[in-house]
Amino acid sequence: MKLLEPGTEIDGFTVLECIHSGGMAHIYRVEYAVGAPNPGFPLAMKIPRMTAGDGAENIVSFEVELQILPVLTGPHVPRFVAAGDLERLPYLVMEYLTGRTLQHWLDAAGRPDVATIARLGAAMGRAAHSLHQQNVCHLDLKPGNVLFTHDDHAVLLDFGLSCHAHYPDLLAEELRRAVGSPAWIAPEQVVGVRGDPRSDIFAIGVMLYELATGELPFGAPTTPGGLRQRLWMSPMPPRQHRPDLPEWLQETILRCLEPEAAKRHPSAAHLAFDLAHPDQVPVTERGQRQRGPGARTHFKRWIKAAGMHYQPSPLPTRQIEEVPIVMVAVPHDDVTDATLYSLRQAVGRSLGIRPGARLACVTVISPSASSSTDSEHSETALHRQHRARLRQWAEPLDLADHSVSYHVLEAGDVAQALVRYAEGNQVSMMILGAATHGLQTQRFIATVPMRVARDAPCTVILVKQALPFAQLAREYSE
Amino acid sequence: MKLALLSDIHSNRQALDACMDHARAQGAQHFAWLGDLVGYGADPGYVVRQAMALVAEGHCVIGGNHDALAVHPPAPGDRAASTVAAQGAGWTHNQLTPPERAFLANLPLVAEVGGVLLVHASADAPERWRYVDNEAVAGQCLDAAAQRPGIRHVFCGHVHRQTLYYRGTGRGLMRFAPQPGVAIPVAPRRQWVATIGSVGQPRDGDPRAMYALLDTDAWLLRFERVPYDHAAAAAAIRATNAMPDYFALRLEAGR
Repeated sequence: MKLLEPGTEIDGFTVLECIHSGGMAHIYRVEYAVGAPNPGFPLAMKIPRMTAGDGAENIVSFEVELQILPVLTGPHVPRFVAAGDLERLPYLVMEYLTGRTLQHWLDAAGRPDVATIARLGAAMGRAAHSLHQQNVCHLDLKPGNVLFTHDDHAVLLDFGLSCHAHYPDLLAEELRRAVGSPAWIAPEQVVGVRGDPRSDIFAIGVMLYELATGELPFGAPTTPGGLRQRLWMSPMPPRQHRPDLPEWLQETILRCLEPEAAKRHPSAAHLAFDLAHPDQVPVTERGQRQRGPGARTHFKRWIKAAGMHYQPSPLPTRQIEEVPIVMVAVPHDDVTDATLYSLRQAVGRSLGIRPGARLACVTVISPSASSSTDSEHSETALHRQHRARLRQWAEPLDLADHSVSYHVLEAGDVAQALVRYAEGNQVSMMILGAATHGLQTQRFIATVPMRVARDAPCTVILVKQALPFAQLAREYSE
Repeated sequence: MKLALLSDIHSNRQALDACMDHARAQGAQHFAWLGDLVGYGADPGYVVRQAMALVAEGHCVIGGNHDALAVHPPAPGDRAASTVAAQGAGWTHNQLTPPERAFLANLPLVAEVGGVLLVHASADAPERWRYVDNEAVAGQCLDAAAQRPGIRHVFCGHVHRQTLYYRGTGRGLMRFAPQPGVAIPVAPRRQWVATIGSVGQPRDGDPRAMYALLDTDAWLLRFERVPYDHAAAAAAIRATNAMPDYFALRLEAGR
């Protein structure tokens, strides 16, 4: 396929220069030809290679992208602008974003430090979660398809192999075949499952492994047998490549790479949460592992994998709704036992009907509380003390099936701190006391619960203190 | 062109009015009814008169097996008279005036509107009333339709369920269960077979009426579910004192 000359006009767009020439498509910078309105951001045009010599998959994946990109919204995808008719003149015009793809970090000399790996990983988790919330699985996440506009913000590119649960899957076929890039593809994709959000978590795991060690966990297999290997094989622990990696990071990466999707993080938001709160990752054998599982384990898994076959996936939004992050704001000043009791009851009920939920217990302390001595030691001690109190508060809850973490935030503005925490961690539901932080006394001022309810990006449950003690007392007196 | 596709109305006046109002509110300019106007329900006369008015305005109405049954109900004692479908066919017949019966008798079984093919059952043998309820029949239906020049889409009724069949990367057709209210791109680059569900006799456990909207400029297909007063429709069936109570019950349950 011949490259377009700068200055060529296509459907009202003027071609500037070619910025990418790949096997599937050419991408050009373009602008509106004179007279057309300016959208306020730079534009890129993607033109698929569709001449006789190019594969039929090119056309289908372009069709898929044409289906999906126009309906995607949010800050983690390029904005869609226009599309050309597939029969006459196929093209896609979208927002042109500047930044660096993950490939940039992989190509750089030396491996990034742990904090950078965690930051990049959390950004990828948040971006994937945003896609899953729109009922789309990307299914082709790889270093070239993840663009960082800055270190904390990832934009996902190229939806040619994606799957939108509300549209017919044009890449499906009756003889289910693996569709994806061999190095990053999840085991269930190998047997033809398209539409499990946890496949994207696996791909993020492969990229985190690459970032951390410079190696691909499963190599880049070229045969179906080589691909099937990941149905039963666990990769070499990352710490074996790079002993300075912390156990929590190995734990997180190997959890993403679990052959069984059910053993991975239940949603990309959970993964982002772990990467953002390393001190709260419970390290298991996975994190401490010195070498890959032995032949016995692999053989057992191999037997199990031999029976693995295609199964349809439920809607991505339904899957991730079942595994929300529930946050509870536990006050520490001016708080009655009744309030703490009622909060615990509400949390217990909320978790009880959501078996896969994780719980984040948060308390906000005043910054002045720890700065009095200005010693880092005393700050840690204060935080430790508050965390212990949170643990104590959560003790009576039945948390056997839930992951739980404890967080002490320092902020002068309690409502803002809670809202920011919910935003930053893809919290689905926040539980806080309705009468705490002065609701009763400040009728005309925006109180903490009111501001949180107004500004929070999620469902907010305000708990009134319906306390057994007071009720009992009243009943006795009547 | 925005084309509203309605099928299997089954003399259900309440469901029909709800779907037609919904479609007009969505901007539908053209209407196509895919057969089974009558049978089961209490208002055959109303539904047929609506159909006659539509045809007079240039819209499209085709016939289904229940319409044929109402014109020629099986005689009592006939083996065909014992089927569920035939129950009440005699009553329906008697509710219709001779011109209304003649209208039903003369309905075409296949029609082309806006470049798409419409048929009550499978296009490969419309008069045999085959159910398009699996990938294989959908494939045969599509193959027959594709004999006609320019046809890439076939819309059918008869099965009372909303399903979209399409070709993936393999050779056979794939089945897709659509989400109501979501516009699905159905570009003519591919071939499509859709069963649009039933207006007056939903049978998937959801009592809401079904129809579909097709935009033939943008090639977007939206399956719709419309709530309607099914209690009133059931009451009207009971008030006939001629139809089995079961016909009323199933509207309330959507079965």
